[in-house]
Amino acid sequence: MADLAERIKKMSPDAVASVSSSLGQECVVVHKEAILEFMRRLRDEEGMLFNFMMDLTVVDYLGKRDAGSRFEVVYHLYSLKHNHRVRVKAPVSQADPAIDSVVQVWRGADWFEREAWDMYGITFKGHPNLKRILLYEEFVGHPLRKDYPLRKRQPLLGPEN
Amino acid sequence: MGVEVEDRNPEAALGDSVILSTVDAVIGWGRKYSFFLYPFITACCGMEFMSVAGPRYDLDRFGAALPRFSPRQADILFVVGTISHKQAPILVKVYNQMAEPKWVFAYGACVCSGGMYNNYSTVQGIDTILPVDIYVPGCPPRPEIVFDGLLKLQELVAKERSSKWPRGAAPYVPKAKI
Ligand code: SF4
Repeated sequence: MADLAERIKKMSPDAVASVSSSLGQECVVVHKEAILEFMRRLRDEEGMLFNFMMDLTVVDYLGKRDAGSRFEVVYHLYSLKHNHRVRVKAPVSQADPAIDSVVQVWRGADWFEREAWDMYGITFKGHPNLKRILLYEEFVGHPLRKDYPLRKRQPLLGPEN
Repeated sequence: MGVEVEDRNPEAALGDSVILSTVDAVIGWGRKYSFFLYPFITACCGMEFMSVAGPRYDLDRFGAALPRFSPRQADILFVVGTISHKQAPILVKVYNQMAEPKWVFAYGACVCSGGMYNNYSTVQGIDTILPVDIYVPGCPPRPEIVFDGLLKLQELVAKERSSKWPRGAAPYVPKAKI
């Protein structure tokens, strides 16, 4: 099990930027251009069979990393067949906050990607219905970005407090 | 031979079978023991509300047990749980659909003031969008304090003058959209 990240790197050496392992959690950083094909292989390849996308989220590293890798889309995958998990990260730039959607790989990614769009403004290319899921349509901006003003309020009615 | 009415206690002169009162006092007395609730439940306080309404604590002892899931039939709007800005127009619409007289019960810290959510998504107290009659703090409030709030509301209702009604629509009316 410990060599899972290494095996993933061997599977797609071009897609993987780096691998690491900490406290039993295998982690793979990939180039975002390769994400769709990479994910499809993780799902289908014998020995991987990650058939369950458990979580998809985004981290905003504003002020900690340069603008070229400000955001990181994070996927947590699990294989019911092999009982192993992996964390996949794909850095995304501030200038072009977009990445291919993985809805065609796992249908369950649909609402996760909509939430990530809603909260962080990451565009998932090829998503069938990329619109806000938690906030209302009238909301301007993406509130979990670190540069969203802490005290900015956009109520639908009533005072701005 | 007419009835001799004393200044201080006219009731005494009428014997045991007649009680004098004001119309407002009689109506208030009737109202305070026959609340129908509309539970507008959105979050964790709802779990505590279930306990309040259930048999162990039993809201029915105070005549306020019957939840009506149509605002048209309800007297008290129980707002229980965090109200987000997305939810606010729906809450106001429910309030405006209730027939008068109607009262609003702010249940829990979130409803009273936004609670621990001072952020982009949460209404900072529903009194910014609706008139509120009773505030019950706590996160969530214990059943005992809810009863205390309900009893205080009953006192309030008993003392009300009919001139208070109708109170009219909420100050902030949602646009037609929802
Ligand atoms: S007051 Fe506390 S228990 Fe009630 S809805 Fe808010 S966070 Fe939940």
